[in-house]
Amino acid sequence: MQLNGDQRLEAYRRMLRIRRFEEEGMRQFKGDKIPGFFHSSVGQEAAIVGACLALRDDDAMTGTHRSHGHPIGKGAHLDALMAEVMGKEGGICKGRGGSMHFADNSVGIISESAIVGGGIPLATGCAFSARVRGVDQVTLCFFGDGAVNQGTFHESLNMASLWKLPVIYLCENNGYAITTSLAQSHGQPDIALRAAGYGMPGVTVDGQDVCAVYEAAAQAVRRARAGEGPTLIVANTYRFDEHSFGLVISGEPYRSVEEVEAHKRDRDPILLYRTVLLEEGINEESLGAVEDEVAEAVKQAVKFALASPMPRPETLPDYMFNSPLAGQYSSAAGLERN
Amino acid sequence: MLTDAQKLAPTPGTHIQMTYLEALMQAQMEEMDRDERVVLMGEDISVYGGDKLIERFGRNRIWDTPISEGSFTGMGIGAAINGLRPIVDLEFASFAYLASDQIINQASKLRYMTGGQIDIPIVFRCCMFSTGSMAAQHADRPYPLFMNVPGLKIISPTSAADIKGLMKSAIRDGDPVLVFEEKRLWPLKGDVPTDPDHVIPIGKADVKREGKDVTLIAIAGAIRPTMEAVDALAKEGISVEVIDPRTLKPLDHEAFKTSVAKTGRLVIVENGHRVCNVGSEIVAVMAEEAFDLLKRPILRLSAPDIHVPFSPSLEKDFYPTKDHIVAAVRRLL
Repeated sequence: MQLNGDQRLEAYRRMLRIRRFEEEGMRQFKGDKIPGFFHSSVGQEAAIVGACLALRDDDAMTGTHRSHGHPIGKGAHLDALMAEVMGKEGGICKGRGGSMHFADNSVGIISESAIVGGGIPLATGCAFSARVRGVDQVTLCFFGDGAVNQGTFHESLNMASLWKLPVIYLCENNGYAITTSLAQSHGQPDIALRAAGYGMPGVTVDGQDVCAVYEAAAQAVRRARAGEGPTLIVANTYRFDEHSFGLVISGEPYRSVEEVEAHKRDRDPILLYRTVLLEEGINEESLGAVEDEVAEAVKQAVKFALASPMPRPETLPDYMFNSPLAGQYSSAAGLERN
Repeated sequence: MLTDAQKLAPTPGTHIQMTYLEALMQAQMEEMDRDERVVLMGEDISVYGGDKLIERFGRNRIWDTPISEGSFTGMGIGAAINGLRPIVDLEFASFAYLASDQIINQASKLRYMTGGQIDIPIVFRCCMFSTGSMAAQHADRPYPLFMNVPGLKIISPTSAADIKGLMKSAIRDGDPVLVFEEKRLWPLKGDVPTDPDHVIPIGKADVKREGKDVTLIAIAGAIRPTMEAVDALAKEGISVEVIDPRTLKPLDHEAFKTSVAKTGRLVIVENGHRVCNVGSEIVAVMAEEAFDLLKRPILRLSAPDIHVPFSPSLEKDFYPTKDHIVAAVRRLL
């Protein structure tokens, strides 16, 4: 299963949308327009987009604290995402989630868990629901190499395999859990081998090759929809920026400048894919049109976000409950004081 | 003698005697009949879930899980977000700690953190096996810990009719609800409406006994020694009003104030540990909102700040007893 005609340019468009969104986000962060943390996905675009393109619009997804790329990869509009990182009323989560929690339910994302490994059971539950309701929806679960060492990974993969749930576990393996390398934290560093322990296929792919990730994900989706159960895909990728933008890590460097520069030079997923597309006969003009369109969309998103008002303080309790109860906020520490 | 099936068969407009545990089971079964999105999951649930659940609902509605509390709880949450209405049975309340990351970091927060994009209609059941030499790792009453978490509703009813009506409300609710049952209440019988739509609103306390001298707020299993104490005091001519909050989050402040406006005296009895328990919260509420109604200081009776011991001789007086409660009420008069 390969990316078909339309999907080939769409893959390029979505990877570029992630890249430009992140670059613009980092500029806005420097300009003090974005509070909190900013974890960029630059360098990891192919792993995200390749997997997302294998899904249908009605398929479900969960992500991680490095959350910006996932909704963009699944096709989300940029405006409400940019407003969210700025903490604005027009944000996708109304300014309640922020940079690490870009859940966009309009594209099937139920949550982006900033608790490492926390989203793995949720994705498993989404797939469980599809199984119980007898629908052919698939769930894609993103997590990093650090999350593989959480108990939720083990418990969830076991249950998904036991009940043959339609879920795809996609490890964005960028080699570092903040500063702790894979070698320093995994007794057995080949993550895909873990799948054998749960009785499911474990596949390792070049996470910088959007086509390779797509093919692995499409195969896993086919298995899942056919009732054959979950697949673990390990996409080996690399983050070009620091764990979090602006983070200064003092002391012994955990990765060398040469290592980072070599990846940026030789393993940039967007540059690699651009070369492939040109080789396949897509002309510069077509690529340029996509690039212009993406630049315009990001510009528009910033404009929308800057113009969006901050949430009003009196809206603080909004969205807490589906069925609010009388007296829910009646304690003395309630709204009057806030 | 009625068979179980006859006893549990719903007949609108009538009442029937049944135990607290039977009422709880009936609530679950009626709601599963009413709404096919309701599923039940937990460890050994097909065996201990009662009343041949699998025979009635099939294996697609009743799920025996591996021993993986952290993740099957999270799986229930994911399923709730994606179209089901799961009841996750954690059995022992002490096991809720294993599930607490998912309950606190996911179930309680995700609706808010996503700006209302998703709903999480889920019920977490667990039971407080506080007595019977379970020792510290099986005997906890962790409701105060969860009361400190925004976004959760918490119920802990004490009668058969209340557990049925509140459990139904919990299952029909659009948000996460924690149910803290009490093992000591399981065998208690009471009149329960057989109406399948007998629901009791979450957040409303109940006056279990009217009185004029002292208000006594009893939480969960503490209702049993409380009622014994109240009966003994009545024989001496001391009239005690007993309030059962039934819902622990949110607490029904108005019910407490209405009663204390009448009595001017308040004792709170519970089996939770002493520090930062539900009594602490009620005392704070009364001090802030109703200080001028009080004629005397508020007294709290609870378990001490010590783990639940194994030995019967140590466990015997660990929780508030009838004698402790009688003494506390006398101190206020």
